[in-house]
Amino acid sequence: MTRQHVRRLTLFMLLAPFLLWILLMIVLPHLGIFALSLREKVAPLVYTIGPKNYLDFLREPIYWNTLLRTASISILVTALTFLVGFPIAYYIAKIAGRRVKGALFLACLIPLWVSDLVRAYGWMILLRETGVVSSVLQWTGIVDGPVELLYNDATVVVGLVYTVVLFMIVPLASTLEGMDDSLIEAGYNLGGSGFTVMRRIVIPYAMPGIVAGSIIVFMLTAGSYLTPILLGGKNSMWFTEQIYEQFITRFNWESGATFGILLLLFTSLTVWLGLRLSGQSLATTVARSEA
Amino acid sequence: MAYDLECERVRKRFGAFVAVDGVSFRIPRGSFFSILGPSGCGKTTLLRMIAGFETPSEGDILIKGRSVLALPPNRRNVKLVFQHLALFPMMNVEENIAYGLRCKGMAKGEIARRTADVLERVGLPDARRKDIGQLSGGQKQRIAIARCMVLDPDVLLLDEPLGALDLKLREHMKIELKMLQSRFGTTFLYITHDQSEALVMSDRVAVMNDGRFEQVGEPRELYHHPKTAFVAGFVGDSNRWPGRVLDRDPAGMRVETRSGLIFIADVTDGGIGKGDAVDVFVRPESIAVTRGEGAGGQDASGETNRRTGRIEGVLFNGANTRILVRTSTGDQIEADLPQGGAEANLGNGDPVTLTWKRTGAKCFARAGGTQAR
Amino acid sequence: MIPSVRPSRLFTWSYRACVLAFFLYLIAPLTAAGVFAFNDSLFASMPWKGFTLDWFVGDTEPKIGLLHDNRLLKGLGVSFLVATMVSLASLLVGLTNAFLFERHWFPLKGLCYMLMIVPLVIPGVLLGISILVLASGIANYVENTFGYEPDFLRPGLPLVVLGQASFIITITSLVIAARLRKFDRTLEEAAFNLGASRTRVFLTITLPYIRPALIGAGLVAFLVSFENFNTTLFLVGSDAPLTVTMYDRMLKVGSTPVLNAVSLLLIVGSGALALVSVFVQLEKRRSPAPRAPRER
Repeated sequence: MTRQHVRRLTLFMLLAPFLLWILLMIVLPHLGIFALSLREKVAPLVYTIGPKNYLDFLREPIYWNTLLRTASISILVTALTFLVGFPIAYYIAKIAGRRVKGALFLACLIPLWVSDLVRAYGWMILLRETGVVSSVLQWTGIVDGPVELLYNDATVVVGLVYTVVLFMIVPLASTLEGMDDSLIEAGYNLGGSGFTVMRRIVIPYAMPGIVAGSIIVFMLTAGSYLTPILLGGKNSMWFTEQIYEQFITRFNWESGATFGILLLLFTSLTVWLGLRLSGQSLATTVARSEA
Repeated sequence: MAYDLECERVRKRFGAFVAVDGVSFRIPRGSFFSILGPSGCGKTTLLRMIAGFETPSEGDILIKGRSVLALPPNRRNVKLVFQHLALFPMMNVEENIAYGLRCKGMAKGEIARRTADVLERVGLPDARRKDIGQLSGGQKQRIAIARCMVLDPDVLLLDEPLGALDLKLREHMKIELKMLQSRFGTTFLYITHDQSEALVMSDRVAVMNDGRFEQVGEPRELYHHPKTAFVAGFVGDSNRWPGRVLDRDPAGMRVETRSGLIFIADVTDGGIGKGDAVDVFVRPESIAVTRGEGAGGQDASGETNRRTGRIEGVLFNGANTRILVRTSTGDQIEADLPQGGAEANLGNGDPVTLTWKRTGAKCFARAGGTQAR
Repeated sequence: MIPSVRPSRLFTWSYRACVLAFFLYLIAPLTAAGVFAFNDSLFASMPWKGFTLDWFVGDTEPKIGLLHDNRLLKGLGVSFLVATMVSLASLLVGLTNAFLFERHWFPLKGLCYMLMIVPLVIPGVLLGISILVLASGIANYVENTFGYEPDFLRPGLPLVVLGQASFIITITSLVIAARLRKFDRTLEEAAFNLGASRTRVFLTITLPYIRPALIGAGLVAFLVSFENFNTTLFLVGSDAPLTVTMYDRMLKVGSTPVLNAVSLLLIVGSGALALVSVFVQLEKRRSPAPRAPRER
């Protein structure tokens, strides 16, 4: 066998698992739900193709309201996460001394891997009527009786930011970590104020990290299920919950598939817009930050 | 004579680009052969073909008289010291050296004996258990060589291994490499872009440019009798002036530069005639410097060239001093001052007279510039 | 605004205070979840009624500890099984993907690379329902045409493994590919030159070099799989992994602090694994990578 043959054979052996994975586990299933979303039931076991499921979605305000609500909260959470995460990432990468830096990085990495479920559960214990915060407030005399801090939108937002903020901090901190301090020093040396240095030097440099963090955070929020339901209650009007409801509770797969496609469209569109506006690509942001 | 390595009209094309263009040479057993050329001249490709990492498009490569084209790289008995050494970072010194022996399936005791032996020979008997990261630059070089030499190769290929070292260590390693080569008696094929490395260490040097060998010869020969303009320019320092031939006779020719400087020069290429575009090369050390303007002007007749001018810069570098002289015609000439002579204290602005023999000036047809005669 | 620029003292201290406040926010819920595992009360809530280990070791109603709670233990076992299978599968495919994209050229490579990254930006819920729909479609077809019921295509552990692997493979591929990209290929050539066979070069040179990435990717895959909920929720059959079991319990009124005991276990477990992966990364950073630029 010549070297050419060996190379070709290797290529095929490496392509096979990739194609099996991407086609059978990603591409075909998504084509499947898309096809399912176009299926209309006209009689038992008799189906036609048509946009009825999508029209139903538009006709029922509660459905598209839920999507709009999910969308706006996700964008709000992404923005808040950036506002909270950037100063922390900057502190870890640029201000903390060597040892503190290591410790803070660890302090971020360890809770990063703790399950959403446990985190949401922790918030429930803190915030519920019989929870820690309510007791402390009563004990200090700020309130007279028990207060329920769960099941409102603010709590959902705080909880969502909490769940995803580390996914913003970690890629941001490692991007900023790679930035040479002398760039900032040069910025000041050439007469820039703290604000201009931030806006003209630091933020543009960190852009791939910012975009990567924002995309991951946005996806995690829009696709989250546990936090909105556990902290917002059964009627928290979250879109993934609608999907679950259609699929599992009502067993209406056609409409569940339709909602799924709509969620995918909405998130892809937002991610695409974000990439376009920032002039980045998936390969330069998400792929790098994961590795 | 027995040859360890022979290349016959070896050519390598990458698409339309010809990296190595019909190179032929033979290396006698036990000698130190260098290929000297600028980066991109094809020397690394040539080396990789010999090692088996590339297949020649045409031609043949023979090791100990037998063609090796059909052999994969792991079956050829030519060992390569990589540019960045490629010592395995996940193994210690001993494991690095034993790697090739293990591949051969040698017994453990024998491996240990040979490893210790080769470490002794490269002068690092205590380095066995060290990690690669603990070694200094020079030690790494020696381990990389030992790793190859322990396999008793027919030819040792070296791909600019001194490039990454700092200047002092590089000077030291040149001598060390030469000594190692004569101690092992193995044929070395060394490639480099550094002419001093090639001149110092080699028995023979091939100067390579644009995929071809320009000249093959002993270091002294290349330095004193370059055959092409490229060799004259690449090996050693030279003043270089483009000009045009005024007239020629069997002994030499007169050349005029654009600024009107006139030279008499040695003819190295019989094909040059009146009116041809040429380059004239004069080494700074063949120019004699005397203080004062003397007779003034210029003289270019008989056997000697004479110029006057003023010193514009003095470059002292320890072993010698080089001066930059601006002539009345506006040309700049570099010349070396003899160490400790009467002229050693010349300074900026001083008038000087420069003289050099006809044989000190080499004249070549300009590359691609032989204009219509 | 770096130390060498000397910001004002007030600024520095208020910045530090904010960072401190953030880290308190970060650990508060985890601490709360953990501490109440030791509360001698039937509910994970105030007031504090004293210290107990019953929620770990208790074996009498109503205080059934973690070690005697069969459903939770079973969920733990299922999660371990699933996570192990998912990480093995993801490592294998991740390894081949890394070599495919770092070492080979083929038509449409750019498109394929995009497809490889895309699962990271698909909501987990969608991966779950799409695999559910496809598998059920195939299962129905097989059942109707051949009269044979393919159980493995109905919700259950095989589908859970497939669903989780569908996006975890992306993570492992990227981690391994990043390490492979930094590999100095002349090391392989050197090994060939010294007489090693192809297999030997892979086993003695390439594999040891990417081993830290394999360990790191394996740990991450294990953790992500263990904690996955969104994808799993739609694919789960009768054997529920731990997260689903816990979630069901959490929605019930009157769940006991045994959930806090499990939470504490998960926090400690994932924290420990995260630490291990950090140290593997440090190890990786220390081992010299010739010619490789600084690690990102």
